[in-house]
Amino acid sequence: MNAAGGLAASPARADLDERVSTLLRGEHRPLALVRAREVVIYALLLLCGLFSLLVTVAIVYVLAAETVTFFRFDEVTFSNFFGSTRWNPLLGGEKSFGIWALISGTMLITVIAMAIALPLGLITAVYLSEYAPKRVRNILKPILEVLAGVPTVVYGFFALMTITPVLQWLHSGFSVYNAASAGIAVGILCLPTVCSLAEDALQAVPRALRDGAYGLGSTRFDVSVKVVVPAALSGIISAFLLAIARAVGETMVVALAAGSLPQATIDPREQVQTMTGFMVQMATGDVSNYGTEYYSMYAVAATLFVMTMSLTLIGNLVRRRFREAYE
Amino acid sequence: MANMPDSSRQFAADTLPAAPGNDASTRGPLESVELLSGNPRRRRDRRFRWLCIATATLSVLILIGLLGSILIQGLPHFTWTLITSGPEPDPHQAGIRPAIFGTLWVCLICGLLTLPIGIATAILLEEYQPKNRIGRFLYGLIQLNITNLAGVPSVVYGLLGLTAFVSMFGLFSSTSQDPEAPSSRYEIGVQYFDQFFSEGERAILIPIDSAAAPMTQPVAGMTALNFYGEEIRPTVLAPGQPLPTNESLQYTLYADAEAGRITHKAWYYFSLPLGRGVLAGALTLMLVILPVVIISSQEALRAVPSSLRAGALGLGATPWQVVWNVTLPSAMPGILTGAILAMSRAIGETAPILIIAGIVYISRAPQHLMDDFTVMPLQLFNWISRPQEDFHSLAAAGIILLLGILLSFNAVAVLIRQKLHKPLS
Repeated sequence: MNAAGGLAASPARADLDERVSTLLRGEHRPLALVRAREVVIYALLLLCGLFSLLVTVAIVYVLAAETVTFFRFDEVTFSNFFGSTRWNPLLGGEKSFGIWALISGTMLITVIAMAIALPLGLITAVYLSEYAPKRVRNILKPILEVLAGVPTVVYGFFALMTITPVLQWLHSGFSVYNAASAGIAVGILCLPTVCSLAEDALQAVPRALRDGAYGLGSTRFDVSVKVVVPAALSGIISAFLLAIARAVGETMVVALAAGSLPQATIDPREQVQTMTGFMVQMATGDVSNYGTEYYSMYAVAATLFVMTMSLTLIGNLVRRRFREAYE
Repeated sequence: MANMPDSSRQFAADTLPAAPGNDASTRGPLESVELLSGNPRRRRDRRFRWLCIATATLSVLILIGLLGSILIQGLPHFTWTLITSGPEPDPHQAGIRPAIFGTLWVCLICGLLTLPIGIATAILLEEYQPKNRIGRFLYGLIQLNITNLAGVPSVVYGLLGLTAFVSMFGLFSSTSQDPEAPSSRYEIGVQYFDQFFSEGERAILIPIDSAAAPMTQPVAGMTALNFYGEEIRPTVLAPGQPLPTNESLQYTLYADAEAGRITHKAWYYFSLPLGRGVLAGALTLMLVILPVVIISSQEALRAVPSSLRAGALGLGATPWQVVWNVTLPSAMPGILTGAILAMSRAIGETAPILIIAGIVYISRAPQHLMDDFTVMPLQLFNWISRPQEDFHSLAAAGIILLLGILLSFNAVAVLIRQKLHKPLS
């Protein structure tokens, strides 16, 4: 060791020496102690791993228990919850808990958002993966990363202060809070997600497929659209499903820009309330902690959780099961 | 991988002009002209390229529009007042200081809790292979679970935190329906006082044992504390008795004076259930960013070449020695990058904090772990949802500050990735 220490000219060498001496020092410990330490550390790691399972169990338990409490109230019935399109949980007028009013609002926002995010995201991904010169890539990738890192409340501000006035200038029928501007903002927010996931899928297609297609005289368009995209289809569909799940669960943009009137409409100029928007309304208002309306928040959250969880599950399954292996 | 599109572009450019030329030799000059300019496949290719460029430009325009509109609206309000003052009702004097401290507290605690658990889970999944079928099943379950947790909307985590942390499933509120009621709490580091105001307008404090004790009635000869904590013996007068004129009224009060209950909380104040405090917020945020930290740490560990591990194992290192001395140091830049990105996600996260903390007026930084708090994006949400134009501009100024912080986080992450990344194989 001493002789080697004399030779250590570079810091990397000194670093290596230090690591080796640490390893050697460990040798002088009793073996039983080392074994015991290994077991303790493994147990700790396992506990941390099990913690994530505990989180899921806790989510399911909390949502299920509070939803059951919600359905125990006299004024709540299953047929009303799943069969009505009128959501009026607060005081004033007859209470009604028709979840379809909130689901339709969520759907409207999601459809508008996906009409923007899916085509734009996919085309940008194809461009980045197949067409773009390196210089353009080096500009475009950081821009998408910045867009992905912007907090959602900022997109809410953008929707309310910029998109809505532009829409109102284009067409006077838009109200101050409207589904279209919230949907567009959610679409912009999902764009980087779609783009980066789809690009990963496109990049995973082996080079030989492209070379083969070029060798047959294909244009770049033929290669991209007829070879690479079909080959990466499972990854692209999975990216789409994950983006839809993200849009369904998006909260701050819709809370700021979509309004707070739960109604079943397909008119994007009107204000709507989504499931997440309702939860924010409950959190910001002065609602008693133990009324029906408080527990209705959990019933809505349970519905939302089931929807997003099945979307992510299907998305991950599609990616795993239907991946075309070309190696 | 990165230069693949470039090389294939070169390849295509070499072959494409040659193909119509070959055709021309067999078909004749007129058709060849048509092929060169009017080949529908090449036309489609060119159109698609323009579509791609237009789409890419659109995303640049969106970013410019986003930042531009915020800068134009926010820069006039971007002053020192924003950073140094609290959320006053007048938009020209209002600032974001308590929210900055709230963000600092919540994100620091959240990071301290999340990083060890997240990195440990990643080490478990990547470095310790399961030994039997049950182990493999468990690992698969944990892995699937983590990918799915990453897709759960953050507002759902907020509701989980509301039940699990704020009210702790109602476990501590057996006597009362309301978890906020002081009588049903388990507390450390708090002293309750009944406070009277003397006829000389001074506060007289009487320490009491618990929040549930009945209100103190003033009696002659009782001991009390003054505002500075010194022991005093206040003079108690019967109701209706005239005030003495010859002495100071500093510690004189009538027997029918009404007390008010106040609390002094130490910096280590702790209570169960956690209430709508900093710790509940940090724990909830931990649940939100835990999957992000785990997934990025896993990727960093996976990128360490297995020859390094094999070498260490061959020298007789135990599995933990391999992880601690070899794998973890090599994966550190990647893990740090992921951790910084996760923290910037935590800083920007609004919905779960909104569910936990609600919209409350906070004028000072949190004093202890259970204190009410607000965070920067929540304060911005509050301002944006008000009708006055001035608050919107103020929110825009706050957004500039928030985006500045987040962008510098991203820049640090990129720097770490570039500077610390040594080629390992």
